[in-house]
Order: sequence, then C-alpha cells, then structure tokens
Amino acid sequence: MLLEFPWLSLVIWLPIVGGIVAIASGEQNVELTKRIGLVYAVLTFVVSLVLWFGFDATTAEMQFVERSAWLPALGVEYHLGIDGISMPLILLTTFIGIFVIIAGWDVITHRPSHYMAAFLIMEGIMVGVFSALDAILFYFFWEAMLIPMFIIIGVWGGPNRVYATIKFFLYTFFGSVFMLVALIYLYFQTGSFDILGFHAAPLGLTAQILIFIAFLLAFAVKVPMFPVHTWLPDAHVEAPTGGSVILAAIMLKIGGYGFLRFSLPITPDASATLDWLIIAMSLIAVIYIGLVALVQQDMKKLIAYSSIAHMGFVTLGFFIIFAIFQRAETAGAVMGIEGGMVQMISHGFISGALFLCVGVLYDRMHTREISAYGGVINRMPWFGAFVVFFAMANAGLPGTSGFVGELMVILAAFQADFWFAFLAATTLVLAAAFTLWLVKRVIFGEVGNEQVAKLEDLNRRETLNLGVLAAATLAIGLWPKPLIQVMEPTIVHLVQQVQVSKLPTVDAVDTVPVAGLQP
Amino acid sequence: METVYLTIVLAPLIGAIIAGFFGGKIGRVGAHSVTILGVGIATLLSLWVLSRFIWHDEQAFNGTVYTWMVADGIRFEVGFLVDRLTALMMGVVTFVSLMVHIYTIGYMADDAHNWPEDSRVGTNSYQRFFSYISLFTFSMLMLVMSNNFLQLFFGWEAVGLVSYLLIGFYTVRESAISANLKAFLVNRVGDFGFILGIAAVVMYFGSLDYAEVFAQAPALAETQVAVFGGVSLMTLICILLFIGAMGKSAQMPLHVWLPDSMEGPTPISALIHAATMVTAGVFMVARMSPLYELSTTALSFVLVIGAVTAFFMGLVGLVQNDIKRVVAYSTLSQLGYMIAALGASAYAAGIFHLMTHAFFKALLFLAAGSVIIAMHHDQDIRNMGGLRRYMPITWITALLGSLALIAFPGFSGFFSKDAIIEAVGHSHIGGASLAHLLLTLGAFVTALYSFRLYFLVFHGEPRMDEHTRSHLHETPWVVTIPLIALAIPSVFIGWYTVEPLLVQNWLGDAITVKPEQDTLHHLAAHWHGQREFIRHGMQAAPFWLSMAGLVLAAYYWSYVLQRNPKIDVELQQRGGWLTRLLEDKYGFDDFNQRVFAGGSQRIGRFLWKSSDQRMIDDAVVNGSARAVGWLAGVVRQLQTGMLYHYAFAMILGLVVLLTLFVTF
Repeated sequence: MLLEFPWLSLVIWLPIVGGIVAIASGEQNVELTKRIGLVYAVLTFVVSLVLWFGFDATTAEMQFVERSAWLPALGVEYHLGIDGISMPLILLTTFIGIFVIIAGWDVITHRPSHYMAAFLIMEGIMVGVFSALDAILFYFFWEAMLIPMFIIIGVWGGPNRVYATIKFFLYTFFGSVFMLVALIYLYFQTGSFDILGFHAAPLGLTAQILIFIAFLLAFAVKVPMFPVHTWLPDAHVEAPTGGSVILAAIMLKIGGYGFLRFSLPITPDASATLDWLIIAMSLIAVIYIGLVALVQQDMKKLIAYSSIAHMGFVTLGFFIIFAIFQRAETAGAVMGIEGGMVQMISHGFISGALFLCVGVLYDRMHTREISAYGGVINRMPWFGAFVVFFAMANAGLPGTSGFVGELMVILAAFQADFWFAFLAATTLVLAAAFTLWLVKRVIFGEVGNEQVAKLEDLNRRETLNLGVLAAATLAIGLWPKPLIQVMEPTIVHLVQQVQVSKLPTVDAVDTVPVAGLQP
Repeated sequence: METVYLTIVLAPLIGAIIAGFFGGKIGRVGAHSVTILGVGIATLLSLWVLSRFIWHDEQAFNGTVYTWMVADGIRFEVGFLVDRLTALMMGVVTFVSLMVHIYTIGYMADDAHNWPEDSRVGTNSYQRFFSYISLFTFSMLMLVMSNNFLQLFFGWEAVGLVSYLLIGFYTVRESAISANLKAFLVNRVGDFGFILGIAAVVMYFGSLDYAEVFAQAPALAETQVAVFGGVSLMTLICILLFIGAMGKSAQMPLHVWLPDSMEGPTPISALIHAATMVTAGVFMVARMSPLYELSTTALSFVLVIGAVTAFFMGLVGLVQNDIKRVVAYSTLSQLGYMIAALGASAYAAGIFHLMTHAFFKALLFLAAGSVIIAMHHDQDIRNMGGLRRYMPITWITALLGSLALIAFPGFSGFFSKDAIIEAVGHSHIGGASLAHLLLTLGAFVTALYSFRLYFLVFHGEPRMDEHTRSHLHETPWVVTIPLIALAIPSVFIGWYTVEPLLVQNWLGDAITVKPEQDTLHHLAAHWHGQREFIRHGMQAAPFWLSMAGLVLAAYYWSYVLQRNPKIDVELQQRGGWLTRLLEDKYGFDDFNQRVFAGGSQRIGRFLWKSSDQRMIDDAVVNGSARAVGWLAGVVRQLQTGMLYHYAFAMILGLVVLLTLFVTF
C-alpha cells in the first residue's frame, strides 16, 4: 500500500539531501544553486501533502509510523510517526520552507549555496523534531536544530550578531540540558526511550513536578514565555529575513509542540498542580509583552514582541484546561488546546508574512527603525495593502486566521474563569494598538524622507510570497473546519489522557493538590 | 429563497473585489458601474424581500450556508436569519448605500486633487473608494442577516475594518490617520466586552445560534454568576454585549471616535457614520431583545447611557463650527435616542427611529457634502451664509431633513422621536424618569443646533471670500438626485410606517417584549390614527421645546446676525465656562490621551527598560554569562574556545541534576 512507504523519512531527509546537493553545487553558478534550493523546497512540500491527504482523521493513533533499531545497546530507536498535533505543524514547516528560500533569492550574495543548504537542512531537522517518537531521536533533532540556526544568524546576520547568537545559544542550550536529564530519568523508569511509553508510565508527584519543570525550562525558552523571552527580540533583529521567518513561524512552535507531546501527557498531575504558573506566565505575556511591544522603535523587535504575546495565547489555551477541570467541568478543554494549535499555525503564516514585509523594506532602505519611515504607501501601494492586511490579521480580525485561535482560547478561558478571559481579551485592544500604530507610522502619512521617496513597489517574487501567505491566512480564517477536523480526535484523546492521574496509588486521584488562581 | 439571500450578500462583494483589484484596468466608469450594479441588485432584491414580508406574509427564513468549524461539540456556522426585522434593515442599508454610491460619482469626481502629485496611492483612489463602500455594504448585510453570534461578530468587525479604511482614506493626512486609529481602537474596547459576552453565551447556552439561545434563555433567567460578587447571568451577558454596542453606536464614554471619523470623505459619513454602521448596536440590542427583556438591570443601564448621550452630545453640537461635526454630534445625540428606546423595551420605536434617522441623517450629510463641494472643501460654517440663493435643491432638501430631525409635526422624525419620548415616559425601570427628562430637554437642544447650522449656512449674507462666492452653483445631478430620493422618505416614511411598526406590531416574533415591561402598548391602546397622534404630540412638552429651539435659533442666527455679524462669537464668549466645557467635549479626549494612550506607553517603556533590559537581561542573562565566563577563565589554562564553556556547563548541569534525581 502507498502508506507503507516511509513518507516521513522522505520528508525529513529530502531537504537535507537537497542541502548537501546545494553545497556540492558550489558558489560558481549562483542561479543553479538557487534553483536547486527552490526545487528541493517545493518537492518537500509536495511530498508532505501525502501526509495531509493520506491522514486518517478518525483516529488518535500514530500514523505513518516507521520503527527500526538505531542504537540497540541503549534501546534507542529510529521511531517516527505523526498524529493530529504534529501533522499540521509538519505541513506548516514544509510550506514556510518555500518562502524562506525565495526570501533570500536576490539579497543573499554572500555564499548563497550555504544559505540554501542551511535552510533546507534546518527544514528537515524541524520535521524530524515534529515526527520523532523516540526521545533520543527527538533530542538529537532538537539540538541539531541549533546548529543551522546558529549559522544562519552568525553568518548572514546583522552587526550585533555575535551577541545575539551567544544569547540565543545560551538560552536554548540551558533549557534543553534539563530536558535531557528528564528524558534519561524517564528511560530508567520505563526501560526504553519510547515517547508513547513515557505517556503510560506511572510517576509520583514529586518526580512529575521535577520532570515538568525540566521540560518547562526547555519549552518555555523556545516558545518563548515570559520571563525567558529576551533572546527572541535580539535574535530576530540580527537574523536575516529568512531566519526571522523560520524562527517565528516554526521554531517557536516547537516549544508549544513540546508541551503537548511531553509535559501534558507525561506529567498530567504536575501540570494540574502547576497550571497557575503557566497561566500566569501566559497572561503576563499577553499584557506585559503587549505593552512592551507598543513602545518598540525597531520594526523587527516590535513584531518579535508581538510574537511572544501571541504565543502567550498558545500556552494559555493548553493549560487553561486544568483550570476547567478544577471546576469539575470538561467543556472547553478541547477548545482550549485546539485554539492553541490553530493559533500556532496561524501565527506561522502571519508572523512569517510580517517578517517578510519588514524584509521588503530592509532590503530597500537597510534600516528597521520605525522613525526612518513614514508614508511608504505613497510609493508602494500594493505593499501597503499587504501590510494593512497582515496587520489586521495580527490584530485578530475575523475572516483571517488570527481570529480563530484567539476566539477559541478566549471561549475556553471563559469556561475556566471570567477573569482569565477578561485578561486574555485585552489582546483585542493591545494587539490592535501596537500593530496599527506601527502601520500608521511606517505605511501611512506623508512621504517621510528622501529615501522613502525613492522606494519601488513589490517585485513579482515578493508579491508571490506575500500573496500566497495572504491566501493561506484568509483560507483558515474563512473555513477553519478542515484544520480542526484533522486535530480533533488526537486532541480529544489527549484531553482524556491528561484527566487520568498517573500517581501510583489509586486514591491519589482525589488528593491531587488543587491549585489555581481562582478564589 | 436562500439563493436570493446569497445573491443579496455576494453581489456587493463581487463588485468590491472587481473594483478593488482591477480598478486600474476597468477605469473609473467601470468601477462605479460594477459596484453600482452589485449594490443595485442587492437593493432591488432586498426591497422585493421586504415587499414579500409586507404584502405576502412571507415566513422568516433561518438556514445555514456553511459550517465554519465544529470544535468541542459546538457548531460555528455561517447562516442567514431573515425575518421582518432583518428585511427592514436590509431595505434601509441597501437603499441608502445605493444612493451614496450614485452620489459618490459626483463627490469624488476630482478626487485626484486631494492627493500629492507624486503619490502612487492617489492613482485609482476613485475606484478604491467604490470598492470600499461596496465592501462595506457586504459586511453590513452579513451583520444584519446573521443567524448566529459568530457571523454577527464577523460583520461587526468587518464594518469596523471598512470604517477604518475609509476614515483614513486620505492616508497622507495626519488627522485622518490619527482618527482612524482612534476609531478602530475605541471600537476594539467595545469589542472586548462584546467577545466576552459571546463567550458567556457559549459557556451557558452551549450554542451560538440565535434561535437556540433565545429558546433556552427563559430557563436560564434566574442563573447567577460568581463574578463581581455575584450577578445574574442575563445582566452579565447583556451588559457585556452592550459594551460592544457602545463602541459601535458611539455611546458615552466610547463616543469619542465618531466626531473624528468626519475626516473620511462625506459620502461615508452619511452611509457608515450616520445611517447604517453606527446603528448596528441598536439593531443588535433589538435582535437580542429575548435576552435583554430578562434583565431590567441591563435595560436600566442601556436606558441611562442612551439618554445621557442624547442630551450631552447634543449640547456639544452647539459650539461646533465645522458643518460635518455639527451633524456628527447630532448623530451621536440621535443614536442616544434610539438606545434609550431600547432601554425602555420600546425596541420597535428604536428600530423605527433608526429607519427614519437613516434617511434624514444620510440626507443631511449628503447635503452638507453638497455644500462642501460648492465651498471648495471649506467646511467652516462661519464662512458660509446665503447659500439658498445659489443651491436651491440642496437648500430645500436640507431644510426638509432638518425639520425631520427636530421632529417637526408630520415629518418622519416626529413620529419616531415622539414615540420614543412617550415610551420612556411610560417606563418604570430604574433611571427612567431621569432619562425622560433628558430626552425631553434634548428636543430643545436638537432644534437649536440644527437651525443654528441651517441659518448660518443657507440664510443671511454670504460670508465666504469673493473667489468662492463667484463660483458658487448647484451641484450636478448625481449629487442632487440622491438628495431628492432621500428627502422623500425623510418627509413621508414616518406617516406611512408608524401604524404597522408601533401599533400593529409588524415586527412580530422578531422582537420579544415582556408584557409588564411593554411601554408601547399605551400608544397602541390610545391610537386614533396619525392625525390624532400629531394633534396629541403638539400639546406635549417636546413639541414646544423644539419650537422654542427653532425660534431661538431663528432669532439669533437670522434676525440678530443681520445686525451683528459677530453674534455667534459673542454668544460663545457669553457662555464662559460652559462653552469651554463643551469645546473640550467634556475633556474625554484629553483624558484618554493622557491616561490611556500616554499611560500605556509609559508602562510599556518602564517594563521594557527596567524589567526586560535591566532585570532579566543585564542581571540574570548577562550576569550568568559573565559568571560562566569567569568560571571558564579559571580553567582556561587547560583549554580555550567557546564550545568548551557550553560543554562544561552541560556536564556540570547533568551532574547536579542527576544527583538531585537520585536523591529524590
């Protein structure tokens, strides 16, 4: 059968092979190198469509499973598989992968073959992270991801790139070390590195809490959550446009994915005990970061802070479910997690597009300072239209994908506590304020200066990039049903899973410490 | 019927898409033809639907177009509910929209002059404008035709988006792009309440569908919620939803965006910021009458907010000198009347006033636009005067509109406004007597500012410069035809619709009113025809107050003005602190600017600089980097290189953690 073919491996290794081919092609024929990059990126996306169309949306079981021994002595396996959580994220990765290649088309003149290779390899590794079902394999991809990103910022980055890369590396490395310890501990408990085996392992509350915190350190840095978010604005500012797009659109999602794949199912009791912490961190992200975004003077920093605020909705949606359970309810739990998932996918399109928009301006004017612009729409009306569109999507306008996830998370938060929903809903005002004020200062107004007066509107390549992302944003905004459908069984199953306590004793179910922000 | 309804919605959308994306190719004539065709189809079909409801007893339609998503067992759908209330709204929206489309041909004819020469955004601005107003028509129809809360919110935000685009249509003007940002943000504050209201509905009713929610509502009437120390569920939902209406329908204190929205071209002031979008809140509350009827607390809130807005915003209209701003404050005040009617459970009267107001206020705005065209875009009424000699059609139609606005007996506004004041007089909920007093006094204010404007613009000696005066002439037929077409219903529609709407309960099932809260049944019980209603109205206080306002306006701005051209300035000086208070618009703008806009920036800067940069980055992150660096420096004797730091840190961390795990 068609499904027996190792499709997942193909989606992982095809771009990596493409990267090697790109390097091998050398720097002599730049056009050829770029074509190779594009062909492999498009091919990977086309192949990944098999995962969408071959996906059975009626089950929560892992699909497209591949399993073979890797390091038998350590019980490490090459074990891949996807469910309704990872599949949409893989498609997002391969989809965005095309745009980052196109984004570097003309502007990358320094070692273009290495540029293409770094992005293609990065893409394969990220698909690996989303599909690994063996903890060591996951950790391998997880850490491997840092290398191309480190290179992307370090080689093609801005003037302060050394500080940014070190900070980025330190932060993420700091987090993942603890995760590795937790994974090793779980190996000793279950006798294998099978992640699904971890899901079933009974664990005491203390162990769960320690594991939860170890995971939290790794995932919170990636998301990033307040207060470990300060690497993101710096990394974005220094990264080339394509790097920012990958970072915002996909790498942040890996943190969110980690919560769903590891924290929630492996440590449900710890999640229920510490939910107040995550909810508080998420709400701080929405409000505090929203206010910080308001006063940024650098376009990329502003969008980076906006990303953090929007990712706050993701983690809020994931952990609000425990506050719902504490009210002895379940309605809204599935909605919360689905809302977080949709928010991740949507944020991939919107933040990716916004960073591409900044890239369009940066390529022309070589500055990201908001005050260096003004009245851009007078010279670039089509570009202005795209920016207004994506700004509205970023502000969560209904009809765009940005609305769907926000709505679902607010609805779920209301089920948990009026005040959670109240605080979360402030994003309606805050996100609109920081995004549209940016639009006002950069896009609208009279032509700001001589440089702006010389700007030329989008070329065909840029129009294509932004146009396709706009179409995707609209498609999910107008008809999210198919996306929700593929996730629903997996998330329903996950919600059932986290409601079952993993504490060893039977009566422990009733004694799960109840904590929360509610009075 | 579903095909008909889909056509009504999609025809303007298709027109908007063609004019918006291919405006450059199809040219100006192509753009206005295609959008007028789209809106024309929608208008004809809407009027046909309305006629089916009036003469053929058409049954309400409630059907799903497609399922947006299903999540957690809750269906989110896009669908239509077309009953008599919807049909009436569809008729009003499409008709006014069509008139505005035609008028725009004349108003925007030399729009190219409004843009800097080298601005590329100015090319095709004509086509873009038509695209926006057609897109608006689509959004507004989606809003009124919705059968569920999701689509209501979609339409709600979509009209907000188009309003944003149109207020800031002249993207090069600082005042315009400040006004549209302000409009969007203030509306978002309203939407903040609105979406929480929707969330409450989803939580307690488990559905977004109107029919299902309304069916369950009585059973949940007694439910209490543990928020704010315990309130009734219905009160919570209704007040949250009403906060949305306060944004969209510009009720105090969320009214601040509407006067500034006058930065947009005049046709959209007529269509969006007078006749249709701003009445969305009124429509929404009327649509939700099965919920509002269950909470007298919420009704009181609605009533008082409406009445306060009606009176105090009217007062501000007295000191405005920009022709559009006077009309804008008048709109705020009239919206207050509609909202107050809803608070008194006189939903039908609110909708009735919505309809008559849509005609006469659109007329007044378009007439103001006609004056502005003639005055070469000078909007200051102190520079006008005597225009009736130069523009007879504009003059007569504006006079008719003003008479309708001040509720002159027999004109459409008379029936609707009198019914509101009377209904509020019969209401017994909290705040009703205060509201009645404010609305009654409002009649005097309305007449005063309306006729101050009228006399200053159309009567007396021309005060404009010689150049403008020598070019004064009536505007072209594309402008005057809509004026005439709107003047007809402004005068007559009240007479013909008062009986079915208020007496015979034509809206029927679309509105729910509890018998003990019904304030319109007095009117029905004592109904002896329109003539008798007029006779009765002419014996009541609002009529005399209104006449007093008219006479006073005539005295100062016609009689005294001829002898003392500076009377307007002197009157304002004589007002002293009151004038200053009104000119400051009660200080709302200053307060918002200082506290909300300034405050959030100060907090944001503080958090960024002190928390993000100083605490997290400098102290913790760079601090630990320095610590690692120092540690590495100690062992650097053995080996150098950065990766070593990390490997070292990693091993150290591993050891510490494994120790921790083993000991637990």
